[in-house]
Amino acid sequence: MQMPTPNPAILSRKGQIIERLQGVLPKGAVIHTESEVRAYECDALTAYKCPPLCAILPASTEEVSAALKVCNELNIPVVPRGSGTSLAGGALPTADCVILGTARLNGVLETNYPDRYIRVQSGRTNLSVTGAVEENGFFYAPDPSSQLACAIAGNIAMNSGGAHCLKYGVTTNNLLGVKMVLMDGTITDIGGAHLDAAGLDLLGLICGSEGQLGVVTEATLRILHKPEGARPVLMGFDDTEVAGACVSDIIKAGVLPVAIEFMDRLCIEATDAFSNAGYPMCEALLIVEVEGSEAEIDHQLSLINEIARRHNPVELRESKSAEESAAIWLGRKSAFGAMGQINDYMCLDGTIPVSALPLVLRKTKELSEKYGLKVGNVFHAGDGNMHPLILFDANKPGDLELCEAMGAEVLKLCVDVGGCLTGEHGVGVEKRDLMKHQFTTNDLEAQMAVKDVFDPAWLLNPAKVFPLDTSEARRVAAE
Amino acid sequence: MTPTTEAELADVIKAATGPLQVKGGATRDIGKPVDGELLRTTGLSGITLYEPGALTLVAQAGTPIATIEAALDAENQRFAFEPMDHRVLLGTSGTPTIGGVVAANVSGARRIAVGACRDHLLGVRFVDGQGNIVKNGGRVMKNVTGYDLVKLMAGSYGTLGVLSEVSMKVLPKPETSMTLRLDDLSIGDSVAAMSAALGSAYEISGAAMVSGATYLRLEGFDASVAYRADQLSTLLAQYGAIGRVAHAPSTKLWRNIKNVEVFKDHPTVTRVSVQPSVAPKVANALEGNANVDVALDWGGGLMWVGLRGDDAKATTIHQQLQQIAKREGGHATLFKASTSMRTSSSVFQPEAATVATLSAALRAKFDPRNILNTGLMS
Repeated sequence: MQMPTPNPAILSRKGQIIERLQGVLPKGAVIHTESEVRAYECDALTAYKCPPLCAILPASTEEVSAALKVCNELNIPVVPRGSGTSLAGGALPTADCVILGTARLNGVLETNYPDRYIRVQSGRTNLSVTGAVEENGFFYAPDPSSQLACAIAGNIAMNSGGAHCLKYGVTTNNLLGVKMVLMDGTITDIGGAHLDAAGLDLLGLICGSEGQLGVVTEATLRILHKPEGARPVLMGFDDTEVAGACVSDIIKAGVLPVAIEFMDRLCIEATDAFSNAGYPMCEALLIVEVEGSEAEIDHQLSLINEIARRHNPVELRESKSAEESAAIWLGRKSAFGAMGQINDYMCLDGTIPVSALPLVLRKTKELSEKYGLKVGNVFHAGDGNMHPLILFDANKPGDLELCEAMGAEVLKLCVDVGGCLTGEHGVGVEKRDLMKHQFTTNDLEAQMAVKDVFDPAWLLNPAKVFPLDTSEARRVAAE
Repeated sequence: MTPTTEAELADVIKAATGPLQVKGGATRDIGKPVDGELLRTTGLSGITLYEPGALTLVAQAGTPIATIEAALDAENQRFAFEPMDHRVLLGTSGTPTIGGVVAANVSGARRIAVGACRDHLLGVRFVDGQGNIVKNGGRVMKNVTGYDLVKLMAGSYGTLGVLSEVSMKVLPKPETSMTLRLDDLSIGDSVAAMSAALGSAYEISGAAMVSGATYLRLEGFDASVAYRADQLSTLLAQYGAIGRVAHAPSTKLWRNIKNVEVFKDHPTVTRVSVQPSVAPKVANALEGNANVDVALDWGGGLMWVGLRGDDAKATTIHQQLQQIAKREGGHATLFKASTSMRTSSSVFQPEAATVATLSAALRAKFDPRNILNTGLMS
């Protein structure tokens, strides 16, 4: 994976740049010693590392604005960072960049239950947003797997999803407004506590722009009352394609579960060994969760079970209690950790039309044999968001490259069947060079034109999202 | 001009030497009146792909909504965002198209529960102001590949590009529905009752106040709807007697609400989006004016203000609404008005300076010759 050559003019001015930033930020908000900046050298895509020039931790919108003004004036790239849980390298630094961390922006600014929103600073973690409203029975719906750690700022940058977005939507569907700082330091409000934009939907454009258009410092988020209850059913099948067909039938039937999760044999075995979840050993496992009152849950689960039985499941285990529900979810929620215990892996995130599930699972298996790398599948089946985990050995020379090559083939396959490269993790650096497989030159030009408007000097997270050769002219012009 | 393929559409725009007036079914004369040669999208018609099991439908922009709804009906599915049909309110004829619905981000009563049109729009193909064909998004439920121009195109009224094809999320129809009715509440009490219901676990899919009655819609399985109706009746007991409207009349009622038929005889209508608790304040500011009628949707978050009387009086009130929206956070759009009033008014809420600058710069990128529905969104 290639990154642009660091600008020597910036590297040579490191001392002066740090002084300027220290001049506009409180003591301790500029992190610049070699050992300290190492904490920012990568995000959750740990295969790629590079310590930044320095990292800054502003504690207010005004401090963000002051720091960006300095960077803009000195022409220094800025890489915004939430909690650094990106699986796509969205917060990967370059040696000549300033990391702008949102960790100190973690307050709750306003909660409004009658109008059903909460306004928070963007560094607040996803789960602690729900934490701020749950005693009143409310929650914030998007629930990425990293929700304990990940920041709302990163959720907005990547338009994060989660297991329950089949019913509740992803970040963009739950975001009402932001306060944002542009690269030149301008502070602007976009959206608010009301619904929909007066003019062009800039909010929709900002959500998912991977920190390339501005730095979001505050967010107004929709909150919902918790359902009365929720319960899953676990079903096992001896054929992955049959499990795929079952998913499609459930969706068609008019029941709308809040989640439909899928795991294949490799993941079932690994997670069961890791978590003692008591999963059946079979080719494919589905966890289907529904919500409502006890009677409503019973009714929906009976419909779902009826559909499942038509596909001859080897196991059909309906949760009857909170303990049984927790046991069913235990394995799924620890799947990524469990896989990490047995091996290094690369987690892909391509999304496909649900109807193409059987084909893509079959072809992924063929690719696994071709490359000699094992693949585990654990994903949100209801919306076709695949998460193939390709296992490799980070200590074996050439294995990472082999894994990347196979990953690229799987993602191209997702695009070719009518899907996309990434459903919820973002492009970052990881999928950057595959963008031309999904988009034409015109498609990419239209997107880059948006960046030209918000960040004309291409200083915000410049080496991400777009293939380096595609964005080169713009980045070089900025230098 | 009525191109019949995307390539023809691109050629027409490329060859244009002056402004173009872009229209789909022409059922909606909204926005500043614009000049230019008429460019119709009705020649781009037909459902390209419909996969009920994947909850996805792709159609060319000029496809009539009626054609799509017939296809969805056959599979017991629907557009959950419930797009408004403007013909009754605006007194227009013609055939609403999916491209028109997307271009104006048209969403009905269910917007509070399931999101707006933009939230159900999965992908777009469009031709920009220079004749370039651009695609964005796709036909899958989750997609964060590159910038989300899909949202940008929804509600851009043809000012950034002309849609050629859209890809939509569709959802199953519920088994049944029922509406709870509360009578004679003040606007303050109506909003409070709607907020209590919307802030409960009982999944309200419509909350409106029209002609003095407050309505709460429940949808789903038969037993579930009955259960939730009982729970809500207890929850809202303080607001007085609660009536029940059965599935068939309820369906008709919500069609009228979404289409704002109550103001079909009002010459001027302003549409206001605010947070629900602001709605009573707005209504209070207008109180005592005999020429003003208010209806609420989205639990109070959407106010329809029907204005009687001449343009001068209506203009004053529209301006007042835009000032209140500016102060309280929100926006007011002149939705129905005479051509002369639309020409002389701020039809769309004037934007804050930075937002206006960014929006103008985006338009200059996507339509550098400034030929697509020029000035419509002002």
